[in-house]
Amino acid sequence: MATKTGIPAGPAMTKPGVTLSKEEVMRYSRHLIMPEVGMEGQLKIKQAKVLCIGTGGLGAPLGLYLAAAGVGRIGLVDFDVVDTTNLQRQVLFGTSDVGRPKTEAAAERLRNLNPDIRIDTFETQLTSANALELFKDYDIIVDGTDNFPTRYLVNDACVITGKPNVYGSIFRFEGQITVFGYPGGPCYRCLYPEPPPPGLVPSCAEGGVLGVLPGIVGTIQAAETLKLIIGKGEPLIGRLLLFDALAMKFRELKLRKNPECPVCGEHPTLTKLIDYAEFCGVRGEEGPTTVTNVPEITPKELKTRLDRGDDIYILDVREPHEYQICNINGHLIPLGELSKRVHELDSSREIVAHCKSGKRSAEAVEFLRGAGFRKISSLKGGILGWSDEVDPTVPKY
Amino acid sequence: MAVKVIIPTPLRAYAGKQESVEVQAATVGEALAALTGKFAELKKHLYSDDGRLRSFVNVYVNDEDIRYLQKDQTAVREGDTISIVPSIAGGARD
Ligand SMILES: [Zn+2]
Repeated sequence: MATKTGIPAGPAMTKPGVTLSKEEVMRYSRHLIMPEVGMEGQLKIKQAKVLCIGTGGLGAPLGLYLAAAGVGRIGLVDFDVVDTTNLQRQVLFGTSDVGRPKTEAAAERLRNLNPDIRIDTFETQLTSANALELFKDYDIIVDGTDNFPTRYLVNDACVITGKPNVYGSIFRFEGQITVFGYPGGPCYRCLYPEPPPPGLVPSCAEGGVLGVLPGIVGTIQAAETLKLIIGKGEPLIGRLLLFDALAMKFRELKLRKNPECPVCGEHPTLTKLIDYAEFCGVRGEEGPTTVTNVPEITPKELKTRLDRGDDIYILDVREPHEYQICNINGHLIPLGELSKRVHELDSSREIVAHCKSGKRSAEAVEFLRGAGFRKISSLKGGILGWSDEVDPTVPKY
Repeated sequence: MAVKVIIPTPLRAYAGKQESVEVQAATVGEALAALTGKFAELKKHLYSDDGRLRSFVNVYVNDEDIRYLQKDQTAVREGDTISIVPSIAGGARD
């Protein structure tokens, strides 16, 4: 359901007395001369308050464009520190920021870009205990997180507080963008009532992501946020935009409000925030393995036994492109091909399966045990563990 | 009826790395059965143990969600596109 009205939670009209300084008129002149924004729109932008959940791949372009556009108050929520692997796509940060809290480095960059706006930083994890309090001071919430528990938390907190949720998510070279939680429009749970069980869908850390993809998706989120603020155009409410960077194609699917939605439906059963880790099947700290109770061997033990000359067959269940980055001379059968290539393995020999961190190899071991293999274990911590404990010349990725 | 099924990136590994697969079917249910017949690995990603479509996977015929049509029984016509759209969570850190 497209609408052309302004955001209900935000400044419906500009407050009297709010004006632009001479410097601001100059800075925003390319907005001001455009009738779709104009002085009225720019004053709305100046009074807008936007909370960005996550200052990573999506949060980077989002924060930059919202600050550049003159959004008067921007909140940044992230508990992480900048690391080297972030720099491939998180363009808010430079090499000298490695090791700094993301919110601190981001705020510095945004204040330099636009000193006239207010940047609030929250170096904390968004939780059921703090979400409603944090959301209270903002008109629009932008979800740029990377995990299912936080996505459901952001959704529910947005529906409960009545704030629109500008949603973007990415995987490899594919993105999904929409606006959830707009009064009358669908929410995330209308689309996906439940998260996938852990381990069934590969995470970005396993799947990788094309560096420019969050740039494109985060920029679309910024455009939607600005449109909601100025109340112009056709927002992505009730529309799921799918983007494929390899095919360079956008597709659009219809999203409907589910009358039976537990949070925004006609008879909501979920009226306060819950334990989202529990809901998403993550019990406590997310361990490297989701398949539990498979026999494991530590990298040190494996090294000792190989050095001693024990007959151990190493099975690498990663993808071929990962094998090219680094390997320990294992026999490569990607997890996805294991069921049809199982005949390549000799169940009478002792087998140690490994992947990057131990998650996929645990799945492989579980599968092979089901197929009758008995002398099989999973390398604890995967090739990363091998690099840490046995051979530091093996590069980590 | 020949219909195209678009395979999302996270599931391509279980569908011979293909972006889309053409199958012969008269309903969405038949199309998905033909697909999982070709690629057995896909089955556990699309269906739960009790045989129902998983709740983090949505299926669309052209731009309509089959939950608001006739679900599995939704008829498909020559040239229709079926999209499998799973939830993805990626964004900030990893
Ligand atoms: Zn809903």
